Amino acid sequence: MTLVQKRNPTTSLRKPTNSKLMERLDDIASPLIALLILLAIWQLLASIPGLTTLPTPVRVVQETWMPLIAYPFYDRGGTDKGLFWQVMSSLQRVAIGYSLAAVVGISLGILVGMNKRVSKSLDPIFQILRTVPPLAWVPIALAALQQNQPAALFVIFITAIWPILINTAVGVQQIPSDYNNVAKVLQLPKSEYFFKILFPAALPYIFTGLRISIGLAWLAIIAAEIVMSGIVGIGFFIWNAYQNSQISEIILALVYIGLVGWLLDKMMERLQTLILPSSQR
Amino acid sequence: MTTVTQDLQVSDSVNQVPFLVVDRVSKVYPTKDGDGYTVLKDVNLTVNQGEFICVIGHSGCGKSTLLNMVSGFSHPTDGEVRLQGKPIVKPGPDRMVVFQGYALLPWLSVFENVYLGVNSVYPQKSKAEKTRIVKEHLAMVGLADSMEKKPPQISGGMKQRVAIARALAIRPEVLILDEPFGALDAITKEELQEELLKIWNDHRCTVLMITHDIDEALFLADRLVMMTNGPAADIGEVLDIPFRRPRDRARIMEAPEYYQLRNYALDFLYNRFAHDDTE
Repeated sequence: MTLVQKRNPTTSLRKPTNSKLMERLDDIASPLIALLILLAIWQLLASIPGLTTLPTPVRVVQETWMPLIAYPFYDRGGTDKGLFWQVMSSLQRVAIGYSLAAVVGISLGILVGMNKRVSKSLDPIFQILRTVPPLAWVPIALAALQQNQPAALFVIFITAIWPILINTAVGVQQIPSDYNNVAKVLQLPKSEYFFKILFPAALPYIFTGLRISIGLAWLAIIAAEIVMSGIVGIGFFIWNAYQNSQISEIILALVYIGLVGWLLDKMMERLQTLILPSSQR
Repeated sequence: MTTVTQDLQVSDSVNQVPFLVVDRVSKVYPTKDGDGYTVLKDVNLTVNQGEFICVIGHSGCGKSTLLNMVSGFSHPTDGEVRLQGKPIVKPGPDRMVVFQGYALLPWLSVFENVYLGVNSVYPQKSKAEKTRIVKEHLAMVGLADSMEKKPPQISGGMKQRVAIARALAIRPEVLILDEPFGALDAITKEELQEELLKIWNDHRCTVLMITHDIDEALFLADRLVMMTNGPAADIGEVLDIPFRRPRDRARIMEAPEYYQLRNYALDFLYNRFAHDDTE
């Protein structure tokens, strides 16, 4: 009797939560299964003698376990540091270069968006410059700035700024004429117009630009660091590993880069949902 | 006969001075072939202070263009629009507009939307005073309880109430409404018409309102401006609506004049200046 009494409410309560839980589990399980299958194929292909010199996933883990996977925080001075520090150094550069790109990009974008003449004159230049790949900026950055650190920052800046600038300008140009008419008829002071109408109206576009750019900035830093010898950073770590034929280390670094890039994008997405009111998403 | 004389307004136009003058106004929009498209041609209209004017006409007849020249968003190609003797050159809060799509800022609350205008027009007033004005006008349109809501959270009728509160809170000389109730359901529409009329009775600003609804115009307006069809549209006729104020919808609809006026306006719109659908 007690069993029956106990079971009835629990089953009726659990049913909806159960199916939801199953759905969540499925969301995690499906990609996990796909990953396992891909790793198995890789393992199989890399095991065929004479096909490739790439290590199998099992060997990658075996070769990098000590100290890279096990001790991400080790620090033996110089560039010999754990992957956590390598990633952090790169992220620091991204933070500085990207923040600079955001500030300059949003400000210039607003100026360009507000003035038709300026927009018309500069838009073709922006459109051409934005297609220049990050690596192509590296030689000129090194030549102009002489040192690795500022050159790396410049490369991030110049890669990340275009989507922010262009999207902000479009956002300002796309402000509904109704909102501008309200500002005109009320004769709103410039600062009121900026903070109450222009900026909030352009904000969704600005966020689109910021989100595209964070991916580009991460892409740029890896590229920039690869050619800049002797610095701590995940990019140079890869190059260094290549020089020493440590292919397993390269593969491990790629996994880290992918995960960090994905996290950065998620972070921007989260920020977007936090700041933008639901009506504007 | 008694009801008729009762509902007829006593004419007191002797005391009223020409307040708003549309003087031989033409509007030509440039076209690619260079000839230009004439929307309005030689339009003349004089509006007295405190008058409620409705403008009716088929779409494309330039009603909005005419009102845009009063608000200052558009300029006449020929002629001039004058308010109290001064030509209108640009938009200003003395000629406040209730826009067709409400034009509320979705990221500001109902209160902030109205406050934005009050703050801009009365920069010298204290914050408490400005807050009081905003609250008073929101209460007037029945939105005292929804001040903290954002526009996307409220209905179309409520949005229009906010827009009206925003317009009235800055005490404009002229209130311009571009089809304010067109998108609302019949019941909300009648409610808002009555509220607008009540508020107008208390404030007596001059009102210019575009409408497509003859009954709305007959209920609200002192005069109904009927436009001919474009291109080169003009004011065809101006109908005096003599019902005494304050108006009661049921009572004026019983008056024999109501149907005379209504049929006259209908005849103007659907027979004499029927809309040509083949164009």
